[in-house]
Amino acid sequence: MTYNNPNKQIDNVVFDVEGVRVFYSGFMALREVYLKIPEKQIIAFIGPSGCGKSTLLRCFNRMNDLIPGAAVDGRLNYRNRNIYDPKVNSVKLRRQVGMVFQRPNPFPKSIYENIAFAPRTNGYKGNLDELVEQSLRRAAIWDEVKDKLKSKGTALSGGQQQRLCIARAIAMKPDVLLMDEPCSALDPISTRQVEELCLELKEQYTIIMVTHNMQQASRIADWTAFFNTDIDEHGKRQGKLVEFSPTEDIFSSPTTKEAAEYISGRFG
Amino acid sequence: MATAFSDDSQEFTPNIERRESIGKIFEYIFLLGLLLGLFILALLLFDIGKDGLARFLTPGFLTETPSRFPDKGGILPAIVSSVSLGVIVILVAVPIGVGAALYLEEYAPKAWWTDIIEINISNLAGVPSIVYGLLGLGVFNYLLGFGPALISGALTLSLLSLPVIIVTSREAIRSVPDSLRHASYGLGITKWQTVSNHVLPYAIPGILTGVIISVSRAIGDAASLIVVGAVSFLTFNPGLFQRFMALPIQIYSYITRPEPGFSNAAAATIIALLAVILVLNGIAIYIRQRFSAIH
Repeated sequence: MTYNNPNKQIDNVVFDVEGVRVFYSGFMALREVYLKIPEKQIIAFIGPSGCGKSTLLRCFNRMNDLIPGAAVDGRLNYRNRNIYDPKVNSVKLRRQVGMVFQRPNPFPKSIYENIAFAPRTNGYKGNLDELVEQSLRRAAIWDEVKDKLKSKGTALSGGQQQRLCIARAIAMKPDVLLMDEPCSALDPISTRQVEELCLELKEQYTIIMVTHNMQQASRIADWTAFFNTDIDEHGKRQGKLVEFSPTEDIFSSPTTKEAAEYISGRFG
Repeated sequence: MATAFSDDSQEFTPNIERRESIGKIFEYIFLLGLLLGLFILALLLFDIGKDGLARFLTPGFLTETPSRFPDKGGILPAIVSSVSLGVIVILVAVPIGVGAALYLEEYAPKAWWTDIIEINISNLAGVPSIVYGLLGLGVFNYLLGFGPALISGALTLSLLSLPVIIVTSREAIRSVPDSLRHASYGLGITKWQTVSNHVLPYAIPGILTGVIISVSRAIGDAASLIVVGAVSFLTFNPGLFQRFMALPIQIYSYITRPEPGFSNAAAATIIALLAVILVLNGIAIYIRQRFSAIH
């Protein structure tokens, strides 16, 4: 059940989450989620640790498939096609639904190759050099690396590596960009630059971002989903979606008590 | 007010000097171990060199075929045999071994039976080489009909090398961080492209270490080759389907002769064997350095 503000309906739905649950080795880690993700908006997932926000994020590009023991049930429609249908090719899905991970993971290759590898492998028809420069510019890192494109991506600082990973993801020109706490390792200036990038990108892409930083969500997100944890009958923690509303509504007048408590800082 | 670096404290009895001197003792014990190992190695090399260097350096030792006389002729057929065996072992055992490791690590589901396979392969790495010789005799000489030829010896040595290559390659592939794989998959890259472009290059240094260890062991092995029918006297450079020999067997045949001069020839052959192993290792280490630059 989602607590949508009835005055603001969602026109174009990119993802329609219908009763998705996630299990790790038989244990239900995320309770049923019903959620509609609107197109070309920034959606923030907020909540305390262990509430399932990253778990749900990883469902959108089927990265949970790579975790041994993880199982997903329910329907998750991406533009009206259930991505958990066995006939769906997850490689094709991930070309369109890109991801930036919580810890930077650049390839141990040159900066140029980090950006160019995936587009080239996917048969990019344009000029690769231009694509690399454009992606690095948009990720606010071009000036710092333009003279050392041949040097290794892993030799950059943590914040630079993360911006490199963002550049790498947007070089594939995905339809949706999933970001798992992308700024947690960045300094305030880089964070600001990444946030501005997201605001630019939402004109073309849908962005779903997990963040621990409520101020960040209130700064840039159009919609915010609040997740929380619950203790089940055996004393184990499970995650659940509590409220999903336009950002200004959830921060000024949240519909649920749990959201209100979290936002006012009483826990989490 | 506290004094800097003092041992007086209400809550702790630090005894830092005493703990450090215990550590120093261990440091010296370890150093002793290293020196002992190096000393024994140096003694060995000195002993070999004293006996064999002169004979090794006589012209023709490396280029001529053997004669009845220990101070005439050379060991060329043995060198050619050993190098051929080594090359074939690398060409056969490395693709099969690395392929098996890749399958077990990247493609096979994590089930109880993959663990059983892994335990069995690890055990095979410890089986004495003569047992592989018996296996090779049955399969290559008789079943496949190759007889006591170079190819039988080479395939037997390949079987011998396979378990170690599989186990060390699997370790190397396992040590590739998952974050690297996830980064690749997240970009819409297929499994094989992820493995070939990211996982394998990262794992190559570890894989090569396993290859170096196994191939060195294979080139130095005599027992399995004797069972498969290597001869101890050969006057020609063997082709794939001809009778063959190897440097360890040459050493063995010289050592068993009591006449003076043969012990020098044996020592000289040992130098040749060490040189072949050194060259092969050197090539593998060079390749490993090139790929290590990746991380």
